[in-house]
Amino acid sequence: MIGVLAYGGYLPRYRLDRKAIVAAMGWSNPATYGLARGERTVANHDEDSLTMAVEACAGCLDGVDRSAVDALFLGSTTLPFAERQGATMVASALDLRPDIRTVDVTGTHRAGTSALLSAFDAVGAEGTGQVLVAASECRTARAGGNDEHLFGDGAAALLVGDGAPVAVLKASHSVSVDFVDGYREPGATHTRGWEDRFVRDEGFKTILVDAVRAFLDKIDLPIDDFAKVVFPCRYTRDHGGIARTLGVVPETLVSPMMDVVGDTGAAHPLLMLAAALEDAEPWDKILVAGFGNGCDVFYLQVTQRIEQLRTRRVTESLARRADLGSYEKYRVFRGLTDTDVGIRGELEAPTALSALWRDHRTVFGLVGSRCTACGMPQFPPQRICANPECGAADRAEPYRFSDRRGTIFTYTGDHLASSVEPPQIYGVVDVDGGGRLFVDFTDCTLADLRVGQPVRMTLRRKYRDRLRGLSGYFWKATPADAAAAGEERTDG
Amino acid sequence: MAEGIRDKVAIVGMGCTRFGELWDRSAQDLIVDAVAEAVADAGIDRDRIGAAWLANCFDEVNLGKSAIPLSLALKLPYIPVTRVENFCASGTEAFRAACYAVAAGATDIALAVGVEKLKDTGYGGLPDFGESLGTSNRLTFPNMTAPGAFAMMATRYFDRYGLSREEGKNILAHISARSHANGARNPKAHMRMEVPIDRIMKAPIVADPLGLFDCCGVSDGAACAIVTTPEIARELRDDAVLVKALQIAVTSGEELLGTTWDGTHVETTRQAGRRAYAEAGVETPRDEISLLELHDCFSITELVTFEDLRISPVGGAGKDVLDGFYDLDGTIPSQADGGLKCFGHPIGASGLRMIYEVYLQLQGRAGDRQIDDPRLGLTHNLGGFPIMSVCSVAIFGRE
Repeated sequence: MIGVLAYGGYLPRYRLDRKAIVAAMGWSNPATYGLARGERTVANHDEDSLTMAVEACAGCLDGVDRSAVDALFLGSTTLPFAERQGATMVASALDLRPDIRTVDVTGTHRAGTSALLSAFDAVGAEGTGQVLVAASECRTARAGGNDEHLFGDGAAALLVGDGAPVAVLKASHSVSVDFVDGYREPGATHTRGWEDRFVRDEGFKTILVDAVRAFLDKIDLPIDDFAKVVFPCRYTRDHGGIARTLGVVPETLVSPMMDVVGDTGAAHPLLMLAAALEDAEPWDKILVAGFGNGCDVFYLQVTQRIEQLRTRRVTESLARRADLGSYEKYRVFRGLTDTDVGIRGELEAPTALSALWRDHRTVFGLVGSRCTACGMPQFPPQRICANPECGAADRAEPYRFSDRRGTIFTYTGDHLASSVEPPQIYGVVDVDGGGRLFVDFTDCTLADLRVGQPVRMTLRRKYRDRLRGLSGYFWKATPADAAAAGEERTDG
Repeated sequence: MAEGIRDKVAIVGMGCTRFGELWDRSAQDLIVDAVAEAVADAGIDRDRIGAAWLANCFDEVNLGKSAIPLSLALKLPYIPVTRVENFCASGTEAFRAACYAVAAGATDIALAVGVEKLKDTGYGGLPDFGESLGTSNRLTFPNMTAPGAFAMMATRYFDRYGLSREEGKNILAHISARSHANGARNPKAHMRMEVPIDRIMKAPIVADPLGLFDCCGVSDGAACAIVTTPEIARELRDDAVLVKALQIAVTSGEELLGTTWDGTHVETTRQAGRRAYAEAGVETPRDEISLLELHDCFSITELVTFEDLRISPVGGAGKDVLDGFYDLDGTIPSQADGGLKCFGHPIGASGLRMIYEVYLQLQGRAGDRQIDDPRLGLTHNLGGFPIMSVCSVAIFGRE
């Protein structure tokens, strides 16, 4: 049966208290005091929409045979390259087969839902058994406006395919409307919009409401048939109003998480859907609407299988948090402040794209080698085995490290290295199953670490060459969540 | 059958500039001054030098590639001149090449010069490793510096031997304090002040757990040696210093790629040291070595080197340090000249600056740093990082 086979979401660890935003900029726009409730997610300086998509996908694919994925559709309005496909890079990081179809879906906040519906369209065609869908945003906004309050960073992923699904797609309806609630030309840093009252009234309260009503007419079901109703709306007060207009039963309204995350653009409908699936019951009908230049509306029905696949990535991400501490840090992380990085920090050696090409699976996939003569894993891949008892030449096979855990062998916090958020933390990891990794660490403070501590690997943006407009990616170690290690997962 | 270098080469002249942040001294100035001192010390006509080696690591800062900068500065008359580099062990590498040229009979008198102009980068610390790690490595290596790479060894050492942060840092502080006390007596050192333990303990952290005074400084400088056969040496002076051992060991990749390295020692030091002792005929280093010039880039390096060179027992160097075993008035003085701690570390020059101190000490010319009747002096010159290193160990004597 075709349906959602797995699901997951990822939120970055850092949270910015909205009171810190108004403390910094409220004087310039006192109306924003009204928005200063709760906190929003802020991607770390080494995260972007690609890295967060990889995290969401990796969580979704935990325990899944990656070689069975036939396509990857990635939805985002904030991909790092306008030319150089994001979905390809995410697929490389997940070490998926190369003979797959990868597609970026961009340009609108319904990119995530459109990617999901396109995945359902694709599954079942020849050679397309499973499609991985991801949506991710890492957003910037101008200082003093509403957007820096309302936006959040995050990602979600769903695996759609032929198998034993936890939810099946029952029907969908899409409208395409050039309603300009926001626009951004290539090269522009920030999105520009129009009056919020206009966007709320003509956009959410008209286009979204009309699309949902048209959908309900089409499928001839009342709104109260749905156990969960998912639709993002960045205007928190109006979210409830729209729900009332549609007649949504209050207990079924899925929280848009504005007070703990913010609006994650193209990722948000899928993030909310992933959260909804975490505590969905068999036979629940879940209605989803994704708004942006029109609206996608669809509903899924949960199957009995949900009881065997109780992954809680969104809940775990929400719980794994650290205070960012200041508004200025958010600005620097997003490259919005002209920072004095010192002469050492300005140095950026060029990326040899030919070397990157040669080492691509090593760099993006964290794939090293294992000597078939003695069995020792080693990274980076070695033609001559590094085991002093072995030394065999050309007996190596590829060996993936990215989805393995490890423990800290040693580490340091380096104040001399140029770092966006000093100290630069790095060390050596003893990998479960063998081999060592000498890597940067991320999403931790020095005080969090100790020799012997469990860690996992995460793809991050390793460097940003602003002179040449190129970011380099590689893996870093981060403390493994105790919660994630002990999640319920009873399927075989 | 290879015989080794023992007693086949003698040092007849050495030179060493003052080390420091020498904003007004060019590489040419440093080379000319160091070599002038050595030539005068040897009492030879400069044209008798038959071959020369130049040690320089960060050629992109100031000097540039090839051996031409040395030949140009000195106006060497079309003799063989070669540039060598092996990270921080470059100085001893140049010395080794000069010695082997003499021992092989390729030339009668050879010159080894180490020079570095690090203070043209415009920022503190060593030049960024960005491009010097190579285009492939920079895609996967962490954003590391030398202090960080060695600090990892301190993290591991403290953990392994159950040292609290305070206890571990206290041992390291004693090492730095002692070097500063020695350097204060040395007119050629960059840092010439004593530093109390308390100040070292409270100093800002550079790379945890190493603080400011656990790290040698970055400086400019040059040092050089003129070597020849023992026969020619006897014609020139009666106090020539003999090379007893000269060994280099380079990592096999085990520390970086394998899982057997314990993170609390430097394997290349152990290997080079073992071979050097065998070459020099030293069986019990703790009883036979008179003085040590070790690569104290960081206090932790010196601590583990005492163990790696089999002078202190494994895990026991801390006790020896606190007992004053390595003090200037101790059993085996370490860094009598103040070491990298007080001289800083112009990469190519350091290995030769170490030999310079051993040379002066063995000749009784070390002034108020003079050790009583030294017999064998050992230099230890370590390049790279504990996880990926090259180490040279050399031993010198009088008879």
